[in-house]
Amino acid sequence: MMTEIKSEYDVVVIGAGHNGLACAASLAKTGRKVIVIEALDSPGGACATTEFYEKFSVSSCAQWLYQLNDSVVSQMSLEQHGFELSARNIPTTVLCESGDHLTVFSDRLEGAGVSDKDKAAFKSFTKQMLKFCDVLSKAFKRRPPNLVDRSFGDVMALLGLGMKIKMLGKTDMRDLMRLGLINIYDVMEENFDNDLLKAAISLDSVMGSHMGPRSPNTVFGYLYRHMGDIYGYGRPGVSVVRGGMGQLGQSMAKAAKAMGVDIELNASVDRISIDLDKVMGVVLKDGRELRAGIVVSSADPKTTFEKFVGLANLETDTLRRVKNVRMKGDAAKLHIALDGLPNFMGLAESRLGDRLLIAPNMEYIEKAFNPSKYGKFSTSPIMDISIPSIHDSGLAPEGKHVLSAIVQYAPYDLEGGWEAGKQPFQNLLIDCLSQYYPGLKHQILSAELLTPVDIEERYLIHGGHWHHGEISLDQILMMRPFPGVSQYSTPVDGLYLSGAGTHPGGGVLGLAGLNTAKEIISQKKNRTG
Amino acid sequence: MIPHNESMMLHTPFHSRCAAACEVNLWEDWKGYTTPQVFTEVDMEYFAVRNSTGVFDLSPMTKYRITGPDSEAFINKLITRDIRKLAVDRVSYVLWCDGEGKVMDDGTIFRLSEDDYRLCCYTRALDWLMWTAEGFEVTVKEETADVAALAVQGPTSCAVFKALGFVGIELLKPFGMSRFKFSGSQVMVSRTGFTGDLGYEVWVEPSLAESFWDALFDAGKPHGIRAIGSSALDMLRIEAGFLQAGVDFIPADETIRAGRSRSPFELGLGWMVSFDKPVFNGRRALLRERAQGSRYAFVYLDVEGNKPAEHAFVYHGDQEVGTITSAAWCPTTKTNIAFAQVDAKFGRPGQSLVAEIYYERELKWTRVMAQCKVTKGALFSPDRRRQTPAPNF
Ligand SMILES: Cc1cc2nc3c(=O)[nH]c(=O)nc-3n(C[C@H](O)[C@H](O)[C@H](O)COP(=O)(O)OP(=O)(O)OC[C@H]3O[C@@H](n4cnc5c(N)ncnc54)[C@H](O)[C@@H]3O)c2cc1C
Repeated sequence: MMTEIKSEYDVVVIGAGHNGLACAASLAKTGRKVIVIEALDSPGGACATTEFYEKFSVSSCAQWLYQLNDSVVSQMSLEQHGFELSARNIPTTVLCESGDHLTVFSDRLEGAGVSDKDKAAFKSFTKQMLKFCDVLSKAFKRRPPNLVDRSFGDVMALLGLGMKIKMLGKTDMRDLMRLGLINIYDVMEENFDNDLLKAAISLDSVMGSHMGPRSPNTVFGYLYRHMGDIYGYGRPGVSVVRGGMGQLGQSMAKAAKAMGVDIELNASVDRISIDLDKVMGVVLKDGRELRAGIVVSSADPKTTFEKFVGLANLETDTLRRVKNVRMKGDAAKLHIALDGLPNFMGLAESRLGDRLLIAPNMEYIEKAFNPSKYGKFSTSPIMDISIPSIHDSGLAPEGKHVLSAIVQYAPYDLEGGWEAGKQPFQNLLIDCLSQYYPGLKHQILSAELLTPVDIEERYLIHGGHWHHGEISLDQILMMRPFPGVSQYSTPVDGLYLSGAGTHPGGGVLGLAGLNTAKEIISQKKNRTG
Repeated sequence: MIPHNESMMLHTPFHSRCAAACEVNLWEDWKGYTTPQVFTEVDMEYFAVRNSTGVFDLSPMTKYRITGPDSEAFINKLITRDIRKLAVDRVSYVLWCDGEGKVMDDGTIFRLSEDDYRLCCYTRALDWLMWTAEGFEVTVKEETADVAALAVQGPTSCAVFKALGFVGIELLKPFGMSRFKFSGSQVMVSRTGFTGDLGYEVWVEPSLAESFWDALFDAGKPHGIRAIGSSALDMLRIEAGFLQAGVDFIPADETIRAGRSRSPFELGLGWMVSFDKPVFNGRRALLRERAQGSRYAFVYLDVEGNKPAEHAFVYHGDQEVGTITSAAWCPTTKTNIAFAQVDAKFGRPGQSLVAEIYYERELKWTRVMAQCKVTKGALFSPDRRRQTPAPNF
């Protein structure tokens, strides 16, 4: 069904990813007329469920929910529109080739002969990290402060953050300042003995990024991921969405429509029309033009500026920053349709629904990262595995299962190209899995690998990057996506950037979308109609 | 490898001739090239340009060649003026800004043909040009060393070229350019310069440089031709009111301290900013500045006395309101001229200010509080600079 396109919208939102939808809904609430234009045939963007083999469906990009902001769910009444978790607070089990696995719960450890010392250290470590997350979370729910033209609100926000940090007390404050900049490898060595435990925690700090445990500021990556333990829906820990992550997109689209938002799927934006430096609307690939005084792009910053705005329309210092945003994906997705219940060596059936990790120690992760620096994929890759059909029988036929794994490292710019590299990498992944799951090959009905290039093509994310741009200290807060465009507005009047590429960043959070809407609402002067 | 007994400085294509003419052997570094500061005597060189013809080797001037179907659009994004108004075989004085609307450099653009331009400027700007070229179908190539250039300036300069056989050169209009046959090849001549006088600039292949110099000086002998160095040129340009990058403003990219760069408005060059054209670098910042006001004003000062007000502080009453960037006693206008940057409030023509000048004679420093008047514009601008056909002195 095609929505009839009205020419008089207050706001056009490009992209029905979860951020675009959160933003659209927030704006519609204030009475603005909003339309969302989405190139794909379903809403959600990288929150997607795909039937990759007959009757086998999977969360085909993001698979774990751990950061979705509570307020997105409540403001949009998502629970009334079909959003539901099929499991929450899912433990993480780090697989060990010997079968002596370690299970990490949000508050305790089990297995792998983990010592009492490590158990105690784990408690105090998570407690301290949670305190730090709490401090940082304050900065996530608002626009990042602008350090150049300081507004009163921004100064207060900075002061508030400073106060929060001070209130941590002397020891914690010193630790935060120190840890924020160093690498997770050293922090793990300081705190723990057990290899599996160190690997499990350090993996959280590098998922989705082009970093290894020894890369600088990986501790921030850990804190970023665990921000969900402060405000995440279903917290603490990791959840899965019933019907797959695509169901989040679907429910958000339903909710947005109920709030008056028009959504047009299968409609691709070709460019943003601009008069000098003022936005006029968007032009679709089919030639139609939609006029609006405000355009919000939830596509990534490179797509937005390079394709929609056009580099020729940007001043040089802005375009230089656009070009320099680091956003080459390093994560791939592997989907397998299984003929029966999987059987991992030494793993109790009751643990099959866990988040299963192949990352036996930190050296393994670091060595998996090394080749990607030189354009090669890992020969011993890390895997973050989900068997969602354990919690959600609707994803596979009775008695059958789906296995979905986020795999690192798979560099976007693979030497020799992914066309040649894809099959060898897929074979390697299946061999690697088979070491822990010997019966795998006999159970495979079908397998699908999505490389960063596939993710780029399928989900229209430049570089196939998880966060629409690396999360590292030079690309966060007022530097996200780059200085000058860090408060959602851009050098083009009326054009706002939302989406994972903006503050606070990627993952399924919805905060970028909400913050963008807040920013637009606070700049009432832009309102048309 | 440069042999140890040779200078690391580059030589211009005219070096052998300059070296022969440089009687006082006084050289300086111009962006890596060694160039004469003075050939014989500064005043003689200055007067050659005002009374006959002076020749200045400007080969070290940075030159870029801009070609391709989007060259016009590219240049229009780079610079603040509207290049669409520039016809083929015409030259324009231009400047460009960074995103903060601060001047990065000034220079001249020559439109050689429909999609072929040459940009001459002070800084090495290839990085900025290449970044600016993103999104345009355009090629930017550095050609500093590929083109030798001489400024031939002064009242008899047209006569010198006529004697050289450049038929019709008197019809060349200011900021026009034309090609002339020379030695089986071609040289390009533009009616441009940095002296405010009647004058030309000649652009030749490096291989022709020496023979062109020789022919030019032969033809110019009866017309009082003389090589001039940078010291004389500095007096000339100050008298004519031309700003020098690196002296009267620091190219924005080279400033280190916050607030030290200047906008076109703050340099008295607001007339070169055209807001009715597509997006260009600095546009938003300059619009903001136009609405909110500038921090500084650029002024020409007529300073009492004859002590050049170099590096002087400028006062209004007891209040220090600015500093002087260029100053010279200018013999033709018989004025002690200075360029100053003052607080924006103090730029009105006719306003009286005071320059605090220090000078030294035989180890004795003297301080002069010299009265100054803000003048309307540059003081030297003779009719011959504009007349076409060019007068034949
Ligand atoms: C392999 C992988 C695994 C991941 N796993 C997890 C995970 O387990 N948990 C987690 O929280 N996060 C995960 N992420 C990150 C997460 O998926 C994203 O950060 C998040 O979904 C981004 O949401 P968004 O709304 O900002 O952008 P997107 O979801 O990318 O939305 C942008 C939308 O814009 C649309 N668009 C683009 N161009 C056009 C155009 N020309 N016209 C119209 N529409 C257009 C796109 O189709 C898309 O729908 C993963 C990412 C990857 C790549």
